Parts: sequence; C-alpha cells; structure tokens
Amino acid sequence: GRVNLSRPDHKFWVIEQAADSTNNGLPPNMPTRVFIGREVAVTDRTVATKYELSRRQYLGPTAMDAELALLMANQALARRGALMYDPFVGTGSILVAAAHFGAVTMGADIDIRVVRDGKGPNRDVWANFHQYSLSPPVGLLRADNNCPPWRQDLREIFDAIICDPPYGVRAGGRKSGGRKILNGVTDPYSIAEDLKAAHIPSTAPYSLEECLHDLLDTAARLLAIGGRLVYFYPAAREEYLPSDIPGHPCLRLAANSEQILTKRWSRRLVTMVKVERYSDDMAAAHVAAHEWFRKKQIEESKLMRETEEAGDLGGVGEGGEKGDRKGEKKGEGERKTGRSFHDLVFASRADEVAGIHQEASVRGMRDERGEGGRGTAGTTDGAKGAGSGLTRKAAKAAKQASRPLYRAKCV
Amino acid sequence: MKLLTHNMLQCTVKGVTKGYPLKIEAVKYEEREADFNPDFLRHIFPKIDFPALREAAEALGVTDLPPQADASMLDDEDFLRKFHHALMEVHLEEGALICPETGRKFPVSKGIPNMLLNEDEI
Repeated sequence: GRVNLSRPDHKFWVIEQAADSTNNGLPPNMPTRVFIGREVAVTDRTVATKYELSRRQYLGPTAMDAELALLMANQALARRGALMYDPFVGTGSILVAAAHFGAVTMGADIDIRVVRDGKGPNRDVWANFHQYSLSPPVGLLRADNNCPPWRQDLREIFDAIICDPPYGVRAGGRKSGGRKILNGVTDPYSIAEDLKAAHIPSTAPYSLEECLHDLLDTAARLLAIGGRLVYFYPAAREEYLPSDIPGHPCLRLAANSEQILTKRWSRRLVTMVKVERYSDDMAAAHVAAHEWFRKKQIEESKLMRETEEAGDLGGVGEGGEKGDRKGEKKGEGERKTGRSFHDLVFASRADEVAGIHQEASVRGMRDERGEGGRGTAGTTDGAKGAGSGLTRKAAKAAKQASRPLYRAKCV
Repeated sequence: MKLLTHNMLQCTVKGVTKGYPLKIEAVKYEEREADFNPDFLRHIFPKIDFPALREAAEALGVTDLPPQADASMLDDEDFLRKFHHALMEVHLEEGALICPETGRKFPVSKGIPNMLLNEDEI
C-alpha cells in the first residue's frame, strides 16, 4: 500500500546490532546483525505517569498505585466493551485503570462515605473518572461482599473481577452484622420502624480467610467462562507457601507474582481464570461455609472473652467489648497492639501510621451511633477516607512503599 | 443508579424467597447520555431480565421498550438504541428499591443504592 509516514497502518522497525568497537565515538561502520520486524504491540510506560496518584482528584490511603492498577487491569484483560467489577471499590483507583483500556466498570463498597460522598463535590469517585475523561462506572453500590445483593439466578455477567481486598482483621475489612450478634453475645435485634431510615447497620470484623472465600464464590458465580479474577493476596514472606492461595473448582490459577513490600511482607498478584460453570452443589457448599465461619467466630469470641475475664488481655484481639463502645478507645487499642497489614504496607513512615490511627480515632469519637459498630467502623473509615493533607502524604508513602521493590515471580 | 445495576439486584433479607425484581420508588431521576456500544449491548443482553427492565424503565418515564425481546432483535439498530437508552441512560438519583415480597426499602441516594442489611436481616 501507500506509505504514510504521519499515520501509518503498520510500523516496521530496523534494529542494528554492532560489535563492541570504537570508531572515535562515531557509530560503528558495519552492524554485525540487523533485525527487521513489524510492530505488533508496544508498551507505553508514560501511561502510568498520566494516572499518577499524586495528581488524583480523590484519594484514600488504600488507593492502588497507578502502575499497579494498570498491571491489574492488564492481567484482567481489560478491553473495550468488557464489564469489570470491583467489590472493594473505595476511591475507584483500580476501575480507573480498567476504564483506561475501555472497559465498562462497576463497583461496590461497604463504606458508603467513601463511595457516595467522597470528600465533597468534585472530590469523589465520579471526579476521578471525569479527571481523565473516562467513562464513569455504570454502577456504584453500597453492598457487603459477605451478603451480596445479587439476583439469585444471575450468572456469568462479569468479564473480570479486579480488586484489592481488605487484608487486616482489626483495621481491615468489615461485613454486616453487629459484632455482638455474630459472636453470639446478643440476639439479633430489630430496629424500630421510624428509626430504620436513618439506621446505620453495625459491622463486624471480616477475616481475610472468609473475605477471600466469599470473593472466590462471587467470582465462580458471576464471571463469564474465560473471565478473570485478579486480586492481591498478602503474604508473610518467610511463612508463605503457594498452597496458601485459596482455590475453587471453577477457577484455574493462571498467575501468581510477588511484589516485595518490606523484608517481612509481600503481596502476591493472583490471576485466576473461570473454567467451569457454577453448580447448585457449589451454592449449597457456600451456604454451609458461611455458617461454618459464623460458628467459628462465635467460638473464637467466646474463647477470647473467657481469656479476658480470666486474665489481663483487655482491648486486644478482636477489639474486645470495651474497645467497641468508644471509637477513641479502639483507636488507642490499635496503636498499642500493633498495626494492621494495610498500615505496614501503605505507611512506611511512622508519622503516616500515627496519622491514620489518629484520624481513625477522631472519626470514632465523632460517630458514636450504633452498637459500637460505627465506632469500630470508624477505624476502617479513617483508614479509607481520611482528611486531605494526610491522605496525600499517605498516598505518596503508598507509592514509595509499593513501587520500587517489584519483583515478578510466577509460581 | 442505572437500570443495568437495578436488573442485577434483589432483596437478600433472610427468609425472603422472591426478592426480585425490586420495585422502584422514583423521587428524582434524569437522563444522561452514555457511550453507545453495540458490542457491549449484545454481550449483556442475554443476562438481562427483560420484563424487569421494561417495568423499571416505565417507573422512570421510559415507555418505548417492546413488551418482549429476543436475541434476533439485536440486529435492529432501532431496538438497540431503545435498549441502550433504557439500560444505560436513565439514572435514578434519589428514591428507593422495594422488595416485592416484604416491602423492605433499600434507599437510593446520590445515585447509589444501599443494599446493606440490618442486624436482624442477615
């Protein structure tokens, strides 16, 4: 065809390789090898700069680093017309990357303030998409990954599920149900009709194990055949074994790469492909597992209470009963008993960690409603949607913490 | 909240057997243009409960969807445009989604439905 240098249909590269010779600083006379090829695909590292977190409209301490988000979107095969879902959407950082590749996106979060309110007008999830002229998500919901709101017969609708699940037990994920109810201390209580509209349901800690179990079930159910689940799995480097990565009969492990964060911690980018249809047996097994987790939680909490009563733990572990009532107390308890994984990962500097906890405890003080559920949720909320100056610092720390030490190792 | 999202949701309160489709109480809604992507529409069509979409669209003032639809209609651009409009361009900003079995309301505020269950519903 005709050559068009300004807008070519095909690009060809000629690469000359020369022997290591000097020619007074001039290029060598004769190349030893010449390569000619047609350009098939090209990586574009400038894209990561375009989406750099430091310039993002709306940030939270757990916003995914732009380069990593793009990597995740790539692993998920984000492309025009594909539908991708993030069940822990937060500020939307991962969906932004998916939208960059043209995907249609949808997100959910249990924390309504992060997803609906953001930090005010023009500083919310929508603003993040508007900032880059990307098509905004077609749906954002407040939903619990543990009690998802999907139509029962809904199957195989997403092309990918990409997310960064909450890692920690204390300052990490939340699921529905007051702690005391789930621990069997009190019976489920009803909210008076006239208070229902304003009621904020209590939430309880959501262990990584149960969280991933639910995530895999959702993926098995809602991914199209060939669709992908891409998520980060936290690992203590000395103890990690490949068999730690959870599995599911519907999902085949396609990739597992390590990102080293600190000497002790790394996280693994896991990619799974949906290969089999979800069956009724699997649905029944999931219901049984859900019950099993609940029972286990009741037993563990009972053991915890008995130990507390017998001894001097007070305020440790799952927050304790005392920690519940005052978010402020809970914030202090956090500082004393150790940092959550997210703190370790995203706040490599001590002032960042202190800042996140301080913000969390301030939130705990402001929000005293509910059975301590709100107070405890304050810890997570603080970690997610904190004040402006803080989160920019935290975002920078996040970038520093998560970027330079990348090492890919497919197991 | 677009009707694509609405089409995927149900009431999951403990004990409810038919929490679908959710009725719409529309307090504030509007139409917003969205990228017309025929590939996406054809891809998503088999997953959509069409009667539920039609009923929901009517609650938001969109009445031009045919009573039934099947895959063969996806070749017709006119139908695709109507489908696109109902699914992706009508937006419920304020209101509620109502369980057809129990009447339980899931509020929608700033376009975001709150599907969290209360302590006695899980």
